[in-house]
Amino acid sequence: MSSYEARFKVWRGDEQGGGLEDFTVEVNDGEVVLDIVHRLQATQAPDLAVRWNCKAGKCGSCSAEINGRPRLMCMTRMSVFDRAETITVTPLRTFPVIRDLVTDVGFNYRKAREVPAFVPPAGLGAGEYRMMQEDVDRSQEFRKCIECFLCQDTCHVVRDHEENKTAFAGPRFLMRIAELDMHPLDAAAETGLDRGRTAQDEHGLGYCNITKCCTEVCPEGIKITDNALIPMKERAVDRKYDPLVWLGSKIRRRSS
Amino acid sequence: MSVVDRQEWDVVVVGAGGAGLRAAIEARERGARTAVICKSLFGKAHTVMAEGGIAAAMANANEHDNWQVHFRDTMRGGKFLNQWRMAELHAQEAPDRVWELETWGALFDRTKDGRISQRNFGGHEYPRLAHVGDRTGLELIRTLQQKIVALQQEDFKETGDYESRLKVFQECTVTRVLKDTASEGGSAAGRVSGVFAYERETGRFFVLEAPAVVIATGGIGKSFKVTSNSWEYTGDGHALALLAGAPLLNMEFVQFHPTGMVWPPSVKGILVTESVRGDGGVLRNSEGKRFMFDYIPDVFKEKYAESEEEADRWYEDPENNRRPPELLPRDEVARAINAEVKAGRGSPHGGVFLDVSTRMPAEVIRRRLPSMYHQFKELADVDITAEAMEVGPTCHYVMGGIAVDSDTAAARGVPGLFAAGEVAGGMHGSNRLGGNSLSDLLVFGRRAGWHAAEYAQGVTYQRPPVDDAQVNAAAAEALRPFSAEADREGEAGPPENPYTLHQELQQTMNDLVGIIRREGEMEQALRKLAELRVRARRAGVEGHRQFNPGWHLALDLRNMLLVSECVARAALERTESRGGHTREDHPTMDRKWRNVNLLCTLADPTGGLAATDSGRGQIRLARESTAPIRPDLLALFEKEELVKYLAEEELYE
Repeated sequence: MSSYEARFKVWRGDEQGGGLEDFTVEVNDGEVVLDIVHRLQATQAPDLAVRWNCKAGKCGSCSAEINGRPRLMCMTRMSVFDRAETITVTPLRTFPVIRDLVTDVGFNYRKAREVPAFVPPAGLGAGEYRMMQEDVDRSQEFRKCIECFLCQDTCHVVRDHEENKTAFAGPRFLMRIAELDMHPLDAAAETGLDRGRTAQDEHGLGYCNITKCCTEVCPEGIKITDNALIPMKERAVDRKYDPLVWLGSKIRRRSS
Repeated sequence: MSVVDRQEWDVVVVGAGGAGLRAAIEARERGARTAVICKSLFGKAHTVMAEGGIAAAMANANEHDNWQVHFRDTMRGGKFLNQWRMAELHAQEAPDRVWELETWGALFDRTKDGRISQRNFGGHEYPRLAHVGDRTGLELIRTLQQKIVALQQEDFKETGDYESRLKVFQECTVTRVLKDTASEGGSAAGRVSGVFAYERETGRFFVLEAPAVVIATGGIGKSFKVTSNSWEYTGDGHALALLAGAPLLNMEFVQFHPTGMVWPPSVKGILVTESVRGDGGVLRNSEGKRFMFDYIPDVFKEKYAESEEEADRWYEDPENNRRPPELLPRDEVARAINAEVKAGRGSPHGGVFLDVSTRMPAEVIRRRLPSMYHQFKELADVDITAEAMEVGPTCHYVMGGIAVDSDTAAARGVPGLFAAGEVAGGMHGSNRLGGNSLSDLLVFGRRAGWHAAEYAQGVTYQRPPVDDAQVNAAAAEALRPFSAEADREGEAGPPENPYTLHQELQQTMNDLVGIIRREGEMEQALRKLAELRVRARRAGVEGHRQFNPGWHLALDLRNMLLVSECVARAALERTESRGGHTREDHPTMDRKWRNVNLLCTLADPTGGLAATDSGRGQIRLARESTAPIRPDLLALFEKEELVKYLAEEELYE
């Protein structure tokens, strides 16, 4: 086992402002960035604010920007950096800073509330649901999301455009709409709710110009753009220009 | 001093994991205005880390399964110390709780005929765990979270306010349960009147006034050095209940999960799901031997395979073969691994080998165990499809907890206090089976929410008043770390770093009250805990109250120290080995202890902690006999099996 001293720059401050603070800190074999931040807390900066929870890449709490790239601190191994390199850790840029590395991610919780919930099918009781594995695969992929909000952070539609936040749900919640739309038993259509159309009309799908930044930063490897956003866009276009496709999709839906 | 914001609610739920969210949903659906308070962001609770599945006898994978079989497995796993009525309710209601999740949008893995798939797990006679790959906990928490949002959307339609009937206070910590001390005598005195809490973000104090409080805060693992538990697991709910006057039950039983990561050091303790073994993974020592065949205890001899050939046939033909011993209950497997390492047959980093790479094709491993594949790839640089994992025991779960009524989840001794999930005791006896935790959360979370709502509605016109003096005392207690350096009478000494104290506590519990316990070491642990308790009163913090992790930890130390003392005292008292409690000096299970519960209460319930001197300790222990198991439930077992567990007089009653 070998340890060394690494140089870190960590953003410290609050909504009033702040800046990068320099640290030199011990790093041991096998450690991740979150370990180093914890060592800073324990030895040099006890009030350094950081959000974390599971430390195993499962809860999506410790999102930050490491050398400018949105990442989970618990899943970023120190061994990916050169030992001479200074590592810069800053809070997620898209959301307002509360303190140090902690940001106000309330935007995401507000957007979550705007997506209508799963509609259980009428006439099917608990225990009577039958779904084939191949029909749930795609929605299951989207449900792997750990809500780290890295995709929301990196998406250029809102990253430097505060004004778009009202109209745009962001990749995570557009994907949530896709998940429900592809759920084999969701009965939203029967209640008059066209999830695909609301994605376009109410949740800002049209703002997305499929640069795939969200897919690139997803720690779960979910193909957000290819599997969720593009299919919804295609159907939005189909619906708009081709009444037969629109009708066909309705008929297929009912008989499935 | 008490210019503290106050709000009125009917039910307050402390904790937003599986049990807390399920309780909140139930209470709100039964008409109670419900507030949830949680330390992390909404949807991040420790439940997300559960991997394997939810145990429920739905009989989708094996038609012979039913609640009686599940009940039997649960009692065997807990070595018959379980609060049997809880085990019965749990086995009966778990299938409904799983199916209900589907109506809220959950998507479990499917069988070929489109039903919920069920997988094998340690101690379960049939494939019983509903699962989603190895991320079942995430599916559970997300489904409950989305159900709460759905209810909030309904409320918004009706009232124009999402939070009119159900509100989540995220990133807030409760430090005290408040009680009615003003009402004179009778049934009114001592009832719950609310909670005192602070916002982690701002450090602002607030009080939620409510006649019913559900504690659902999870476990205590952060008192141990090697643990699979997240930072939230500081025993808050256990301590809140103790401080409010409720007893804790059987705190000596702590589950060490047999398979945690052992390398690299920074991830030591992180869980490796039992599904790895359920799906065919095997344990080997440094000599390449499948050693579990040497560790099948007498009580389980008839149920487990004697040879590798039989064990391997079982995966395809479970009717005619017995299960592999890798699937023994967790306490057995953890002890076996410990013994192999101690005998010098461990892996390079002090564990043993867990291998799937020679047991199934790479593509199958990646599909069935995706999180494990990534976890090892990214954190340890190990490709589990090509080489074996190194694993060893890690502190995972506490079976002990708040003593509750089986049917209502009401805490004993404190009217208006309820508890569900890991923080509640009794359900799992001396050892929990894998998969029984998620079902426990749902079954008893619902029951706690239901009875809390009913209780709150019963006292609508005489809500217990919140006592200003208690609020002031709670505020002073919470602010103490900021003035710790100020010299107080009899407490001379430099301010202590809360991080250092925490590390010493973890090392103490890990080394002296860990997986194998000895009398002298536990006495040593109690002395060390007393020393830490004194030093913790000088735990000081820098900076201010806004999102200050040093301050948060200083406050959590009170809870960890209380709970650790419960574990150590109870473990010292129980002179036998059973489930998650192994005494090297009393290595066998003793039938005389089968019906003995150990209850921990606060030694000085009036003065709080300020009056406690270091030597005496804060916890008092009492023994009580458990209620006899109902005859129709006993009749589910063969007499020959019962003889191994029950004392003579219990058998012939």
